[in-house]
Amino acid sequence: MNEQHPDTGLSRRRLIQGAAAMGLIAGFDSLMPAFARGNLDNSNVYHTVRDGADIYDLTIARTPLTIGSKLSKQPITINGTLPAPLIRLKQGREAIMRVTNTLSEATSIHWHGLILPFRMDGVPGVSFPGIMPGETFEYRFPVEQHGTYWYHSHSGFQEQLGHYGPIIIDPAEPEPVSYDREYIVVLSDWTFDSPADVFRNLKVFEGYYNYNQRTVGDFFKDVETMGWDAAWSKAGMWGRMRMSPRDILDVTGSEYTYLMNGSPSASNWTGLFRPGEKIRLRFINASAMTFFDVRIPGLPMTVISADGQPVQPVETDEFRIGVAETYDVIVEPTDMAHTVFAQAQDRSGFVRGTLATRKGLEAQVPPMYPRTERGMAAMGMGAMGKSGGQAMHGGMDMAHGDMAGDSGGMNMDHGRMNMDTSPDKSSLSPVPTAGRPVSHGPDNHGPGAAMVASSPQSRLDEPGVGFETVDHRVLTYSQLRSIDGWPDKRPAEREVELHLTGNMERYMWSFDGRKFSEVDGPVKFYHGERLRLILVNDSMMDHPIHLHGMWMELETGAGEHRPRKHTISVKPGERVSALITADAPGDWAFHCHLLYHMDAGMFRVVSVV
Amino acid sequence: MINRIKLVVGASVFTIASGAGAAGTGVQAEPDWTLPVHDNEIFGQLLFDRMEYQRDGNNEIALWDAQAWVGTDRKRLWIETEGETNLATEGGDVENFDAQYSYRLAPFWDIQTGLGAQATFGPGQNKERYSALIGLQGLAPYWFEVDTNLRVTEDGDLSYDFEAEYDWLLTQRLILQGRGETLVAFSDVEEWGVGSGINNIGLGLRLRYQLSREFAPYVGVSYTRYLGNTKDLREREGEDVESSSFVAGIRWWY
Ligand SMILES: [Cu+2]
Repeated sequence: MNEQHPDTGLSRRRLIQGAAAMGLIAGFDSLMPAFARGNLDNSNVYHTVRDGADIYDLTIARTPLTIGSKLSKQPITINGTLPAPLIRLKQGREAIMRVTNTLSEATSIHWHGLILPFRMDGVPGVSFPGIMPGETFEYRFPVEQHGTYWYHSHSGFQEQLGHYGPIIIDPAEPEPVSYDREYIVVLSDWTFDSPADVFRNLKVFEGYYNYNQRTVGDFFKDVETMGWDAAWSKAGMWGRMRMSPRDILDVTGSEYTYLMNGSPSASNWTGLFRPGEKIRLRFINASAMTFFDVRIPGLPMTVISADGQPVQPVETDEFRIGVAETYDVIVEPTDMAHTVFAQAQDRSGFVRGTLATRKGLEAQVPPMYPRTERGMAAMGMGAMGKSGGQAMHGGMDMAHGDMAGDSGGMNMDHGRMNMDTSPDKSSLSPVPTAGRPVSHGPDNHGPGAAMVASSPQSRLDEPGVGFETVDHRVLTYSQLRSIDGWPDKRPAEREVELHLTGNMERYMWSFDGRKFSEVDGPVKFYHGERLRLILVNDSMMDHPIHLHGMWMELETGAGEHRPRKHTISVKPGERVSALITADAPGDWAFHCHLLYHMDAGMFRVVSVV
Repeated sequence: MINRIKLVVGASVFTIASGAGAAGTGVQAEPDWTLPVHDNEIFGQLLFDRMEYQRDGNNEIALWDAQAWVGTDRKRLWIETEGETNLATEGGDVENFDAQYSYRLAPFWDIQTGLGAQATFGPGQNKERYSALIGLQGLAPYWFEVDTNLRVTEDGDLSYDFEAEYDWLLTQRLILQGRGETLVAFSDVEEWGVGSGINNIGLGLRLRYQLSREFAPYVGVSYTRYLGNTKDLREREGEDVESSSFVAGIRWWY
């Protein structure tokens, strides 16, 4: 009893137990941030306005919380809630964020997607030293843009433990969209285990969380549907590569509890509406590791912005939201209740919430889609008809000695196999770099890269793996068109090509086969230059690649109407390109936004000099 | 013989040297700042691949096959040991206890080099010998886990061992493992029951159930046959040249 509370004489432990019990009795609401209860009016007590500046006081702490029905001592909260409170700013004003660290370790806040001076970007080791225990750090930056963004820790695995929250920036000029009501939908993945343990499991045991691996039974199912020869050569091809077509998410529903605004499915986060209203939903994927597929069965959604930036309205029934991406949609619910359904990309779990005319109403929760596996396009074999089966090779193959044994001996019958659901798209190729040879290092990226896609394709018009059986509309990147073109009309003067590489067997993730600790210096951009960033995915997984400080104009084939993004999800075997105006001097983080990929080394510093 | 040892030692030094210097420089923005990511952490694992009881007729044997490693993605200290005890006589042998430096040379392959010990214990005279080794460990195409070593003993005797494992997933938790091993010696070492040529072929099938990723009990069968000069040696000593056993054990790691 040496930790006496000064006023009540209660021990700290008693207080914690009391708080937990209160959480159980009072229900989940009391631990929710105000925005999750639908209060978006920016009247948060931590917020003040002075001299045209929005000032927020944010306190980072460890707070025991009940998630679902289980108490966890590990949440890292901001002002006591998970997710962190809404930060609502106004374009054209200044933002002042006073962040106090009460943790026993260093922390940080990165303002994801915001254009600001690099010293305010909040990446420890790149833009500042981090916020030490007991310290208050003041971020101060002009607010140049508007839209839906978010903020999160860039220190260790803190983001996995709840250190993330939404940002809305209201526009200086009215937007060309009208709606009656808005809600934020923050999607995330929660673990009751220590993130360090999760990371270690991934490191020491390949596929630790994957309970959907191919079995002997799956092989015989293939024999039934595609015949013995084709099934055999399919198994042989993946076997030779030592790749699993079932490797879709590294950490799955076997470990995670998925949350919507901090609530698991059972707690059923609910947004209320009056019949006839138009609702703007601001979706933010604040997960550490989970791509979500979002739909509201029976309710079409009109996408109006992506990554905070307005796009020409496009109606769809479902969209995949990569980790760290945001989408704003408009819906007009008609019935009494609608389920907002977000399933993990690998269909190992989901989270749902509800839009309803009153509390307590629920709509049907749809079943998850059947599990699936990746096709050959994932290996960068999209144009196999053209490349004649020479499309890949598995790094340095010691067992066979020579590379030709691996690829040349692969005698596949394309007519019968037909595993790739996508058509040959070389005729469409919206990417200006399509058809060009791919440049790999002389050594195929070394031990850090288990494979190399030698025929990567543009896959911007594909919704991605797992939508094979879906018969409704699913959003694709090629449907995103910005409203106005962007101010810098110059063509690219220079190209920077980076390969997304990994070796699942050791859980090594990198760019060009080299982890952050293995590179000799930053990627250099020259101040003021216009450049084309080319990303080639040489791995079997989707990677949401995030550039700090500058926009990436994704070259979708939309001409001047390229959508601007802060995070681009690159599919396996895909090559994408984006135009960048290097107008932000300083050092910027550039990384995969899958938390454990980043910490395994898929991280670079971009220096604008 | 000394030349052979020099060759192995030379190869080890080369491996260690090529392993160093892989880290980049200039990743730190300011000298007193932390790094933005910690991607070169040291991990470790202790794996009892087989901790098992074998029964062949009236012979009862306890067998172990364990490995432990500690290190980064690229460089690891790797310890492997395998051996068995006859439960009746309490005699047995440590087939190998190897301490190796392991370097990831290619996406799926480690080159390993180090020192190993072998010993027999129990009734009769205990004996031991030491060797230098160089080997390859990794995942071959079609998902075969392979571990193979070339050894040279302190007396200059050269041998080569090969082990491969393959897992068939019957369900997500029920796994049938096939296993094969062989030893080839390049000279006769009667004291250790080794004849030149292929010594033996060992095959095993084990059906395990993963209660968790870390813990899996199993049952199975194991078959060993001795060949060539080794077989003759064993026949002379009155030992079995062929055995098939029922096995039960656990696979466990931390
Ligand atoms: Cu990644």
